[in-house]
Amino acid sequence: MKKFDKERVLLAVAGPVIALAVAFVLSAIVLLASGKNPVEPFALMFEQAGFSDIQVLIINQASMYYIAALAVAIGFRMNLFNIGVDGQYQLGAMMAAIVGAHAALPAALQVPLLLLTAVLTGAFWAGIAGVLKVTRGVSEVVATIMLNAIATSVIGYLWLPTVFGVKVGNNNTTGEMNESGWIPGIDMGDAGEIYGLVILAVLLGVAYWVVLNRTRFGFDLRASGASESAASASGVDPRRMVLTAMLLSGAIAGLAGLPILLGDSHTYNLNFPTGIGFLGIGIALLGRNSPVGIAFAALLWAWLDKASPELDFHGYDKEIAVIMQGLIVLSVVVSYEAVREWGLRRQQRRVGAELAAGHVLGADNNTTKEVAGR
Amino acid sequence: MTAVELAGITKRFPGVVANHDIHLTVRKGTVHALVGENGAGKSTLMKILYGMQKPDEGTIAVHGEQVSFSSPADAIARGIGMVHQHFMLADNLTVLENVVLGSEKLHGIGGKARRRIQELSERYGLGVRPDLLMEELGVAARQRVEILKVLYRGATTLILDEPTAVLVPQEVDALFDNLRELKAEGLSVIFISHKLGEVLSVADEITVIRRGTTVGTAVPAETTPRQLAELMVGSELPTPETAESTVTDRPVITVDKLRLAAPGGKALLDDITFTIHAGEVLGIAGVEGNGQTELVDALIGLRHADSGVIRLADEEITAWPTRKRREQGIGYIPEDRHRHGLLLEAPLWENRILGHVTEKPNAKGVWLDPKAAQEDTRRIVTEYDVRTPGIDVTAASLSGGNQQKLIVGREMSHKPRFLIAAHPTRGVDVGAQAAIWDHIREARREGLAVLLISADLDELIGLSDTLRVIYDGKLVADADPATITPEELGTAMTGAAEGHLEHDETPETPADPSEPAQSPEDEAR
Repeated sequence: MKKFDKERVLLAVAGPVIALAVAFVLSAIVLLASGKNPVEPFALMFEQAGFSDIQVLIINQASMYYIAALAVAIGFRMNLFNIGVDGQYQLGAMMAAIVGAHAALPAALQVPLLLLTAVLTGAFWAGIAGVLKVTRGVSEVVATIMLNAIATSVIGYLWLPTVFGVKVGNNNTTGEMNESGWIPGIDMGDAGEIYGLVILAVLLGVAYWVVLNRTRFGFDLRASGASESAASASGVDPRRMVLTAMLLSGAIAGLAGLPILLGDSHTYNLNFPTGIGFLGIGIALLGRNSPVGIAFAALLWAWLDKASPELDFHGYDKEIAVIMQGLIVLSVVVSYEAVREWGLRRQQRRVGAELAAGHVLGADNNTTKEVAGR
Repeated sequence: MTAVELAGITKRFPGVVANHDIHLTVRKGTVHALVGENGAGKSTLMKILYGMQKPDEGTIAVHGEQVSFSSPADAIARGIGMVHQHFMLADNLTVLENVVLGSEKLHGIGGKARRRIQELSERYGLGVRPDLLMEELGVAARQRVEILKVLYRGATTLILDEPTAVLVPQEVDALFDNLRELKAEGLSVIFISHKLGEVLSVADEITVIRRGTTVGTAVPAETTPRQLAELMVGSELPTPETAESTVTDRPVITVDKLRLAAPGGKALLDDITFTIHAGEVLGIAGVEGNGQTELVDALIGLRHADSGVIRLADEEITAWPTRKRREQGIGYIPEDRHRHGLLLEAPLWENRILGHVTEKPNAKGVWLDPKAAQEDTRRIVTEYDVRTPGIDVTAASLSGGNQQKLIVGREMSHKPRFLIAAHPTRGVDVGAQAAIWDHIREARREGLAVLLISADLDELIGLSDTLRVIYDGKLVADADPATITPEELGTAMTGAAEGHLEHDETPETPADPSEPAQSPEDEAR
């Protein structure tokens, strides 16, 4: 029995490791082709990871990547491609910023209010795509891409000074949030502060695992993703499940911008990070939709982001990190499929071998030999 | 003259010997049947012959010449073609396009190819029309397209993998006529099957394979199905006992004037009315595609009827969703276990939860109870003889028969009141088939009501207490399983007979369902 557990760990690790190795090699080839040293940039970036201030930056960035990737992963677990995490988290962050600037409750109420605002906004925005899918059969991919574009326009509208906008110089902002909604960071001395909401990311990861693996709902969701037909035959209402998954995915997506909003920027302005939702797709892929895998993937991505600026000082282009992120996603897709098929076939063979050797569950079974292939 | 000769073929996978010292000689212009239980090594052997796998030992000779294949392309070049059990056709292309796909170099994709197809179709009596869309064709017609595809590529030896699994008796006869045409033209056919009656009627020679090796050859004229079955299984078959009727007068499921229409308004099911009592097996015979799938869907709640009423005992369940129906005691053995019965890449114990996620022992409130589910999976594996090294392996790594036993075990574990059994033994080997029948019979003795849908008429006649025939969405005829023969049933399935079917020799009044039913037929066939 243990053999199959080890097997599963091996399979889980083999995919990412192969993908990363391939991506490193391909990046090195890109460097070679442009006449640069293929190894030094990586050495420089590894070195960066050793500095505590860079480490804080990495963790802060990774927390947002992590939440966005969880949102994507929920969809992936039931074969829904929520490509609209980007729009959902931006709108979620903006609404939270607006509510935070205009409501002034004590911190114990203000913070939950802001979290709830972000959750509801994200869920609402994703829910539109969900409703369209279950009522009109519109592909969620198309709907969420469109909703991303609409979100950009909505944000531009809300930024108007006549609506909720506050001009600070050339910058559009939503005004400074009330301090009761700020979340203090964890002080790391000279290295800086880790966002308080990094803890939220961790809690979400735990909740994600518990809900998916230990609840009836999670089982239904995973079953729907593994086989829609088998899930409906088992009693899952597929339309309700699509809608619920979209709402959940959007709700988590709404939270993705909050670590920086509540921990650092305290306003939603032009400098607010964008594109986290799209990066979340690659991170969820690399992390195989598992909460632990996604954590590693988010840290890796954040490391590539935060360590690469150093390259500019040594005559390399920091864009090598972006190239590498792209290569990782490509290799991940290929290597996972290959490893999955190899694993299935390998297991089928091993089961055959175990049966042939007479290792059948239920030792009193005297018909064991029947299946032996001689 | 031998078309194909395999000698001393041995194929080892790590830890298993799939084929061991196999000898098979196929003479030119004959139909050679290869029979054996699922998992006996038939598929591996054919993969070797078709170039998909290389043998570790042994030789292959085609038309007397030693060959070595490293891919199916090599096999095709030598005139060996394979018609797979699962068709590989694109629905949205025409027959012509499907045939030329991948072989555009042979005769182009236009008029020349069309002429070649028509010529082949006429020569072998296949009746293939090149310009029809594939989606307009039924199962039997698709199969003929597959055969034509292989012929188009120049095959002189055809491997047919379980070709009759998807056909009804009349279609099987038509296929056999095609095969006779092929052999009259000097082609050879290797026919893989485990339906012994068919093998005996079509084959010129039979090779039996058991546990990876050839255990004997037979000539149909000198062999009975029973001898062949015993050769396949390697021991004497258990004689089915005479079971007395267990039918009670307590209705479990009552269907009244059920109607289900397709989006265009055409009735898929019309005026379906029947009652199944506790302890009764109601068998539905019919050519596939006459409303069986829709009937099952309506009963399990995957589709909701447009009108009509379904009652479970005293409760009306017409509007109930699938989950509630399953919780309230409707068991479901689906027609297509891969699509509707299993999560192939999930471990066995998660498959044990599937369909019963809200019920004990799988859940406590909203929480799953993996420990209890795993424990119960171990029990099912032992009690239902699911052959697996453990419960953490994926469902995909089990053989079809063992997957089916797991499903049967799962459904029976929740003590259903009403069981929908759609093709419960399709693609299952002889041993597992008998076991599944036993489980159904045992549950029936304890008062289970069963709706049995099957393409295997012997199974239907043997297990059912009452028989109905479905044709074009209507229940057109009924029959007494004690007296009816498969041939008579087959006639009614084509819509040629209606009302109560009488066996020719024993005209009698319609059978009362409470009357003792006859013992099941000889299930070994």
